[in-house]
Amino acid sequence: MKCTCLHELHVQQGALMAPFAGYDMPIQYDSIEQEHKAVRTSCGVFDVSHMGEVFVTGPAATEFVNYIFTNDVAPLADRGILYGMMLHPDGGTVDDLLVYKYDSHRYLLVINASNIDKDVAWIEKCAADFDVKVHNASEEYAELALQGPQAEECMKSVLGIDGSDLGFYTFKELTAADGTVVLVSRTGYTGEDGFEIYAPAQYIVSVWMRLMEAGVQPCGLGCRDTLRFEAGLPLYGDELTDEISPVEAALSMFVKLDKGDFVGRQACVDQKADGVTRKVVGLEVMGQAIPRHGYEVLAADSDTVVGHITTGYRSITLERNLAMALVEAKYAALGTPLRVRVRRKIFDAVVIKKRFYTPNYKK
Amino acid sequence: MSKIYFLPSHEYARIDEQNPDIAYVGITPYAASQLGNVVYVDMPEADDDVVAGEEFGAIESVKAASDLFSPVSGAVIEINEHLLDNPRLINQDPIENWIIKVQMSDSSELEKLLDAEAYDALCKSEKH
Repeated sequence: MKCTCLHELHVQQGALMAPFAGYDMPIQYDSIEQEHKAVRTSCGVFDVSHMGEVFVTGPAATEFVNYIFTNDVAPLADRGILYGMMLHPDGGTVDDLLVYKYDSHRYLLVINASNIDKDVAWIEKCAADFDVKVHNASEEYAELALQGPQAEECMKSVLGIDGSDLGFYTFKELTAADGTVVLVSRTGYTGEDGFEIYAPAQYIVSVWMRLMEAGVQPCGLGCRDTLRFEAGLPLYGDELTDEISPVEAALSMFVKLDKGDFVGRQACVDQKADGVTRKVVGLEVMGQAIPRHGYEVLAADSDTVVGHITTGYRSITLERNLAMALVEAKYAALGTPLRVRVRRKIFDAVVIKKRFYTPNYKK
Repeated sequence: MSKIYFLPSHEYARIDEQNPDIAYVGITPYAASQLGNVVYVDMPEADDDVVAGEEFGAIESVKAASDLFSPVSGAVIEINEHLLDNPRLINQDPIENWIIKVQMSDSSELEKLLDAEAYDALCKSEKH
């Protein structure tokens, strides 16, 4: 089991730890509800050092990134960031990721911890025909996410880092007093304003300790999932997998079919033209039972299984039983009545927009 | 006086001396602390049968649903209806706030369960 540089501090703080993506990670410190609400109303900090960082550099970097990535980095300004996916030729998703553009010759790809080995092998394989260098820097970087409406103020007052000049999905580099280069971006995975800070372990440990001394709420992966879920953000492994395309996951806005060829493009073009056979939707489930990953979704008028739940919770912010589900396309229209099997009982459900909570991003 | 027995899956059967054929079944304080805040308890209905070692319901925290296993066999004579409105009673006192009350069909099944000492040892071995 791998550990992040903050592992010892999490254990000292009494966090509930559990394995995630090969790391022993904090799931919660106080309670998922308390941490979730802190991010929605003030701010909280997450150790996300398990995330992977891969640099792509070289004269063909823009061309190469555009070849393996669904979004279009060519027109992106330097210090801009895009969300998108890497696809298999059949349209299934290798991973979803953030691409940070330093300039047209240098990119940082931030990938899911669970996919680091798979992604690096895939990127290196695809890179064979391009004049680029691929460097997996995952072991060199630790990462914190400071999230919530007070994140900017907190980062300024506690860490002395001014984020007010950063627009949403942009980044900058700072040099700390000891010469450490720190990357700060206005990004996150919670549906709130916030920042992500990438730096070597020693710097991240000192930042974490200062945030704790200032009384900032430490947050675990438990509320990271409840927060991203409410904002309708996908989690790789749930809403996106090697078998699920971004078109099926209702994430077509991050797939730029007109930018030129990229791996998986033709499959997405075909899915768009022919229509998908299944789609990720939002569901509201009536009654007290909570829909969970893997539970069956049934038609309203028969016991035909028409899909399954990908993520489900009793929403902490909205206090409703909500889910994202992958269902047959003919059941995907808003307002479609469906049912969900929760153990031995069956509960009524209805298709609703999967962005359950409207994010408060700073534009 | 009451006696308490445990399943390795962290359910207990509490037996009061006055009613030796009745078991109060719930989850242990260790299980409650591991779960975090309980948000829903999926219980059987009164008169349902439960079987020792088999699932009889589920307990939901924010994070996940966990199956509940019955330490004893018999008929459910009462469910703890307070948990329907206030499932977090389980976090406050999981022994006091039992989940189901079972009329045992075979009280010799209790002998197959863990006593407090063996159960404590099990919990210690689960903590890493």
